[in-house]
Amino acid sequence: MNTTAVEALRLEGITKRFGALTANDAVSLSLNKGEVVALLGENGAGKTTLMNILFGQYAADSGTVHVFGKPLPSGNSRAALDAGVGMVHQHFTLADNLTVQENITLGAEPLLRIRADRQGARQRILDLSEKYHLQVSPDARVGTLTVGERQRVEILKALYRDVRILILDEPTAVLTPQEADDLFATLRLAIADGLSIIFISHKLHEVMAIADRVVVLRHGKVTGGVATKDTDKAALAAMMMGTQAQPPKVAAAMPGAVLLQLDQVCTPDQGSAPGLKSVSLALKAGQIIGLAGVSGNGQAALADVVGGTAKPTAGTLTLNGDDRLDWTPRIAVQSGIARIPEDRHKTGTIADFDLTENAILERYTAPDFSKSGWLNWRAARDFANAIITKYDVRCPGPDTPIRLLSGGNMQKLILGRTLEAAPQVILANQPVRGLDIGAVHYVHSQLLAARARGAAVLLISEDLDEVMALSDVIHVISDGRLSPGFARGELTPAQLGLWMAGQGFEDEMKHAS
Amino acid sequence: MRLEPITDPSIARRLGFPFAALCTTFLIASLLAMIAGGNPFSVLGLILKGAFGSQFAILETLNRATPLIFTGLAVAVAFRAKFWNIGAEAQLYAGALLTVLLGTGALPWPSAALLPVLAVAAILAGAVLLLGPAILKTRFGVDEVVTTLLFNFIFLLFISMLLEGPLKDPMGMGWPKSERLIAEARLPRIAEGLRLHWGFGLAILSAVMIWIIQTRSTLGYEMRAVGLNRQAAAFAGIPVNRVLLKTALLSGGLAALAGFSEVAGVKASLTLDLSPGYGYTGIIVAMLALLNPLGVVVAALFVAGIFVGADSMSRAADVPTYLADMMLAIALLLMVLAIMLTRFRIVRD
Amino acid sequence: MEIVEILFTASFWAAAIRIASPLIFATLGEVICERVGVLNLGIEGIMVAGAFAGWMAVYSGTGLWIGVGVAMVVGMVFGLLHSTLTVPFGLSQHVVGLGVTLLATSSTYYAYRLALPEVTTPPKIDAFQPLEIPFLSDIPMLGEALFSQTPLTYLAFILVGIVSFVLYRTPLGLAVRAAGENPNAVAAQGLSVTAIRMGAVMVGSGFMAVGGAFLTMSAFDSFFFEMVNGRGWICIALVVFGSWRPGKALLGAVLFAAFDALQIRVQQTSFGTLVPYQIFLMVPYILSILALVIMSRRAEVPAALMVPFNKGER
Repeated sequence: MNTTAVEALRLEGITKRFGALTANDAVSLSLNKGEVVALLGENGAGKTTLMNILFGQYAADSGTVHVFGKPLPSGNSRAALDAGVGMVHQHFTLADNLTVQENITLGAEPLLRIRADRQGARQRILDLSEKYHLQVSPDARVGTLTVGERQRVEILKALYRDVRILILDEPTAVLTPQEADDLFATLRLAIADGLSIIFISHKLHEVMAIADRVVVLRHGKVTGGVATKDTDKAALAAMMMGTQAQPPKVAAAMPGAVLLQLDQVCTPDQGSAPGLKSVSLALKAGQIIGLAGVSGNGQAALADVVGGTAKPTAGTLTLNGDDRLDWTPRIAVQSGIARIPEDRHKTGTIADFDLTENAILERYTAPDFSKSGWLNWRAARDFANAIITKYDVRCPGPDTPIRLLSGGNMQKLILGRTLEAAPQVILANQPVRGLDIGAVHYVHSQLLAARARGAAVLLISEDLDEVMALSDVIHVISDGRLSPGFARGELTPAQLGLWMAGQGFEDEMKHAS
Repeated sequence: MRLEPITDPSIARRLGFPFAALCTTFLIASLLAMIAGGNPFSVLGLILKGAFGSQFAILETLNRATPLIFTGLAVAVAFRAKFWNIGAEAQLYAGALLTVLLGTGALPWPSAALLPVLAVAAILAGAVLLLGPAILKTRFGVDEVVTTLLFNFIFLLFISMLLEGPLKDPMGMGWPKSERLIAEARLPRIAEGLRLHWGFGLAILSAVMIWIIQTRSTLGYEMRAVGLNRQAAAFAGIPVNRVLLKTALLSGGLAALAGFSEVAGVKASLTLDLSPGYGYTGIIVAMLALLNPLGVVVAALFVAGIFVGADSMSRAADVPTYLADMMLAIALLLMVLAIMLTRFRIVRD
Repeated sequence: MEIVEILFTASFWAAAIRIASPLIFATLGEVICERVGVLNLGIEGIMVAGAFAGWMAVYSGTGLWIGVGVAMVVGMVFGLLHSTLTVPFGLSQHVVGLGVTLLATSSTYYAYRLALPEVTTPPKIDAFQPLEIPFLSDIPMLGEALFSQTPLTYLAFILVGIVSFVLYRTPLGLAVRAAGENPNAVAAQGLSVTAIRMGAVMVGSGFMAVGGAFLTMSAFDSFFFEMVNGRGWICIALVVFGSWRPGKALLGAVLFAAFDALQIRVQQTSFGTLVPYQIFLMVPYILSILALVIMSRRAEVPAALMVPFNKGER
């Protein structure tokens, strides 16, 4: 610990507006050398915007940034890097078709230099990865790496450029708990060498573990700051959300008949994303099945099979006891499967379509909405209006392009269009990602209501807390393999983390054979 | 700089930028006319007069607009689904070819029976021709821009081969030219003594029909969904590839009608200069119309007016007629820019 | 067989290299554009403009190399137009590319009519002459085929080496490739995606124009309308065929030109006279489509090709 604190970074009065939205409102923040400050806040609180301003991706409307006492010009990433500020983005900024070394050295040398010192660069990367325990081959193509390895490349990128202040935006979102521990070990080594870190997260236990100090951002404003040694998780949660937010209390449920059954289903790998490896799963009426796992371990493949966008290449899919050989999205919808897609902007809705057009997207061929190829717009609009009223979609009207709606209202429309058909099976893929707390509660209450009336729900989420709070049974998915189901409360988060990291599957195989 | 979406653009913005684009086009055209030694005002005046200044001029413009409405619709329909059909030129000739094959005496029927058959045959020919690139795209993922472009060259050589071989008119004095259509295969004039044929009527009818299909039918809904967001369309269960194939059939058929209308309405025979690039100009027409089928009619009149006007201006003012092509290319580029600016604001940061 | 004999004549291969040269320039230009993430459909029109600009400069009295430079600059101007609209403004690369082709073609014809209002047959210039490389040109077969070409052909081959070196060995080339793979990665390293993309499109467009100028200054000695005749579109297919690599694109261009040279010669054989000549003329276009179909399966498309980059948007 430094006894005489050197100020590494000072943000003062940073304000940034996007149209009518004020993303940052006079935010001030400071960071000492060797210190870890956690920036805590809900989705949309303005954390990422603030860090993008610090890193020069955006220019602030007003306010100043000082790095080691020197002012930093606004909106200039190059200047930020030169001053020693590095950032690991939540969505990695790596080029898949280039090698690790190429990704790391990109932009580190003057562009017009004829000869690049590739041998020297390679050696330096090897030295850094040795020193900070960031094992990764400089010659590997990034596209072939796992998510954890890619993050090591991102950190190496920053260390290679001698950054003195490192911004980490939700670095553990894609890691297993064990990988996250490795990351923290690396960070502690770097901190010992004088690195200062801003750590963005909403996982409170991590914040408590790594940070010296917490700054809470709410609605673009700093609403609190506290040293971690003077607080606890509950107090932080209260600061972050304003009101004491608790996961919903869920009563145990009595499951009914099996509605959808997957039996030894396989699908091919999609690039670096694994396909399903002999997955068997039974979705029962009146039950929520949670799927835990690190992103990119086959969740997408499973969602595709259940939702009808992919067919099993081996194994069977049985719905209400009938084998389904012909399986398309349309057949899935017509057979009573409700689908809440992972990405509501790219796959759930068509941004330039209005609410009416989006409301009938899955069912425009149904006799309610069209006859012999001609649409009944009146019926479609009535349907959209019904959803707007019943699901409280805040919007000017059914003719509004859906891109003008907030994420929460967009999700309500998707919920409405799919739940209005009283589906038997609900596929909820990341249903609350990016939503504010009110919308999260609404979505969860709708899923629980569907369970109560006898629907089978498959909840896929990367947020372990969400899965554990809502699910009657939890399966873990890792590298396309599915763990056995664990009843509510059967395993601790750490035990689930081991399964997420792939341990236990081998024993399971042995056991089965 | 950065582009920031405007959630709810004002009417002034939505009309102002396209209008400014057109004004800038005319401004640049004036400068270009000055370079050629013409008086900018008189050059623009001459173009306007040549296009709309007399009954003859207006009819000429309407005649010239007819094939452009068809090719413009062909492009608008395809681009709406983000299917990049740049092959309207070849499809136009395919339609013309079928018209000549069946209309020079092979089917000795009265007009009322023959003309619909010729039109349908032309539509089928154009549709089938575009089906090739469409299947290459949906089955093999081959970019349709390049294949449709290359098809233009291949098909024109094919027509040239036919015109110098089996289709050659023995009375043509050696010119590569087909026999003339029989009288029953000619499209009648809209009014006695008026140099405007029913191809124009058919073009207007087609525009209205396409508009109805796009706004009222499930196919139109599917085509728009596929064009705006293919991923979401596929997720929702829209059969994307089948929609693309249907789009190709419709687009190719529309472009082929341009060939039918030019042969049956104007030229009466097939030559290699039947189309001075109507297929390519259709892209400009469609873009200026913002891909709206009814807008295509207006845009085609505008484009045809510039061509007709530039022809007569060129004779009067000694400014090369290529000024018209330049104006249209500039209008196209400025219009796509203007449309973007109606929805995005440029932010400095 | 007559056809097999043709393949073993030096003059056949010399012709193939000559036919390949403009394609090499233009394909190289398109490779650079697409590698940085921009599909440049302006290629056809830029070749027309380059053909005219280089030839016109020489006709007005400049030296041949100055003419090449003028063509390059004209190409870069159209590249600037294209990239301004497609990079910072993010407009549809399809539409802008076609628009640039239409504009470049029509403005070339306009300029031609203004510069030479009266002529019926276009005047000739003293074009590049074959330059026999000492010693190398004496090698049997290879000497006549490869080393008795005009200086512009040599430039085309040298350029392939230079572009390969820059793309794969220098920091600049790395930035260019990265911008075509993931522009966010480039921006996150403090580089300007806009500047890199615009610069690459301008240079690439310049090469396309030099490819056009080859036609008027080396292959022929005057300018005709329609003389580019779809070569630009063929180059787009060659880029795919060459998997976006300069060396493979060169190979594709030569292979393609060999087929083209072959069909010209087969036309004159006893077999060739039985077939309508249009069939032979179709061959290059059909080959291009076949090349696209064959390669489309395994092609390694730059991941961010045709994906506009808007700062702060993910």
